[in-house]
Amino acid sequence: MKLSLGPITYFWERREVLDFYEQVAASPVDIVCLGEVICSKRRLVTFEDWLAIGRELEQAGKQVLLSSLTLLEAASEVGALKKLCARQDVLVEANDVTAIQLLTAAGRPFVTGPSVNIYNHRSLRLLADKGLKRWVLPVELGLETLQELQAQRPAGVETEVFALGRLPLAYSARCYTARSHNLPKDDCQFKCLDYPDGRLLETQEGGEFLVLNGIQTQSALTHQALMQIPELQALGVDVLRISPQHQGTLRIIGIFDSACNGAALEPLNEELNSLLPVGACNGYLLKRAGMDHDDTQAA
Amino acid sequence: MWRRMAHLDWGFLHARKHLMELVCPAGNLPSLKAAVDNGADAVYVGFKDDTNARHFNGLNFTDRTFQRAIDYAHERGRKLFVAINTFPTPAGFRRWKTAVDQAAEAGVDALIVADMGVLDYARERWPELRLHLSVQASVTTAEGIGFYHDNFGISRVVLPRVLSVRQVAQVVEESPIPVEVFGFGSLCVMVEGRCLLSSYATGRSPNTYGACSPASHVRWEETAEGTDTRLNGVLIDRFGAGEKAGYPTLCKGRFRVGEHVFYALEEPTSLNTLSILPTLRKMGVAAIKLEGRQRSPAYVAQVTGVMRAAIDECLKNPENYQPRERWMRELESVSEGAQTTLGAYHRPWQ
Repeated sequence: MKLSLGPITYFWERREVLDFYEQVAASPVDIVCLGEVICSKRRLVTFEDWLAIGRELEQAGKQVLLSSLTLLEAASEVGALKKLCARQDVLVEANDVTAIQLLTAAGRPFVTGPSVNIYNHRSLRLLADKGLKRWVLPVELGLETLQELQAQRPAGVETEVFALGRLPLAYSARCYTARSHNLPKDDCQFKCLDYPDGRLLETQEGGEFLVLNGIQTQSALTHQALMQIPELQALGVDVLRISPQHQGTLRIIGIFDSACNGAALEPLNEELNSLLPVGACNGYLLKRAGMDHDDTQAA
Repeated sequence: MWRRMAHLDWGFLHARKHLMELVCPAGNLPSLKAAVDNGADAVYVGFKDDTNARHFNGLNFTDRTFQRAIDYAHERGRKLFVAINTFPTPAGFRRWKTAVDQAAEAGVDALIVADMGVLDYARERWPELRLHLSVQASVTTAEGIGFYHDNFGISRVVLPRVLSVRQVAQVVEESPIPVEVFGFGSLCVMVEGRCLLSSYATGRSPNTYGACSPASHVRWEETAEGTDTRLNGVLIDRFGAGEKAGYPTLCKGRFRVGEHVFYALEEPTSLNTLSILPTLRKMGVAAIKLEGRQRSPAYVAQVTGVMRAAIDECLKNPENYQPRERWMRELESVSEGAQTTLGAYHRPWQ
């Protein structure tokens, strides 16, 4: 199985982003998704920066994609997406049907990210006929559904599974980080910069429940599929996706690389869990609540 | 005189049909009758299973009640739409096919569909059937609408409740097909069809199971201080002794962020567009949808009646239209938390 690195979902300082990808270039990931997928106001890293980072990564032997914005609202956002999809020199990961339409109209192949709803074989086949080369299983679907989908997967389409990261749970018109500072979205003062792993939302009894990341809501627990790697391999999954977190991502990549190459899982799993900001979950893979965690049960 | 009035009335009905259709919810036959009797142009319903996004106990239509619903609407010149707007996994796909076939065979006026696979099946099996794109498809751009129009020949789209009035106007302007928007009801603050909050907490997904914050996972706990409401064990809200405890819809609970405990995502409130109806009409919105298939026939009657009166007034006299005090009061009385908002239509809300 190959490893991919998903887009950075948080708002980091430009210098941090550049340093991060310099390290990624030397890491064992095979595929890297670049670009801003949450908020079009986050522009410390420019489009030209992303292209330059992409060139460096390609020289290091990575396949590079530019990920499209997930929730499109303003006309300017659609305009930027049109420009992106018109470029012949970049592969685009479509995170919305808008991007799929623009890419297919241009006769270009495409891949889809976790926020494009492909829940069944018929949707998968339809998109394959339009040029889909790789897709990410929606994060809420488990191994059982994955098996059904793999059984009917069209030829030439690779399957990717979201294997590590705080789960992308929801998107809104509203910016929750700004709201948590009692600021309007139009004057957010870029508060997201203060929360490089998102801002924690707890229940009134202190349960670490969700994370606010601008207009996106994530899980506080980090979904991780390390213990399921043998099953994912057996199901013919092509790519495992790691979603960047502010600290420890490079070591996480190393752990997944070792696991994919047959190293004993238990010690790796223990180390992996110690690197997560709050803790681990894997319920979705086992057809349970996403927040559940079970390291022992084979699915 | 009578003849002249009849003529005027007819002309007015004609205009109304072409200017802004009122689409009302019904979770059962009494609600459907209430919608039709109070002025709905179209009523939307679902079957008694996970093929629709209001899959609740005791709700929705069986074969027999469904036929009576169609007959009741059609005999009175109204339309019936069927929502088949969840996302099937391969194992259950047959159920969605059955729902499509059952609705089409019974002669519904349109299906409201979200999933590409279901749309593909419906278009192939029923080439003449009218298809509307459900809000659950999460489409916010003209290009996105274009995808579904080009591939499945959809003839209307329902927009998610995340766009501002200006953004809606832009989509309506550029859309290849007519646009329907939400006019009243419980407010999803997350873009529909891509919200996994409830599935994260309960394992039951709005997308695949058709219910958000399902009652089966809700617990009300009396405490020394008042009432706690939980969803699969997760504390959603805590109410003092004098406070009225609300249903623990996940996105409408009070949580702690930093030092503060507040409605971190959204207050319990309902969307209400009475004040912007002329704007929606002017920009060319084709239909106004009311939320609430899970609500009572009394709710449907009241909300349909108010919106009917408001739309009629707005179409007849758009320049001087003002939402009446009584309409606002009536809608507030059936709203979540007894308050309403313009939601994302109004930029400062965002």
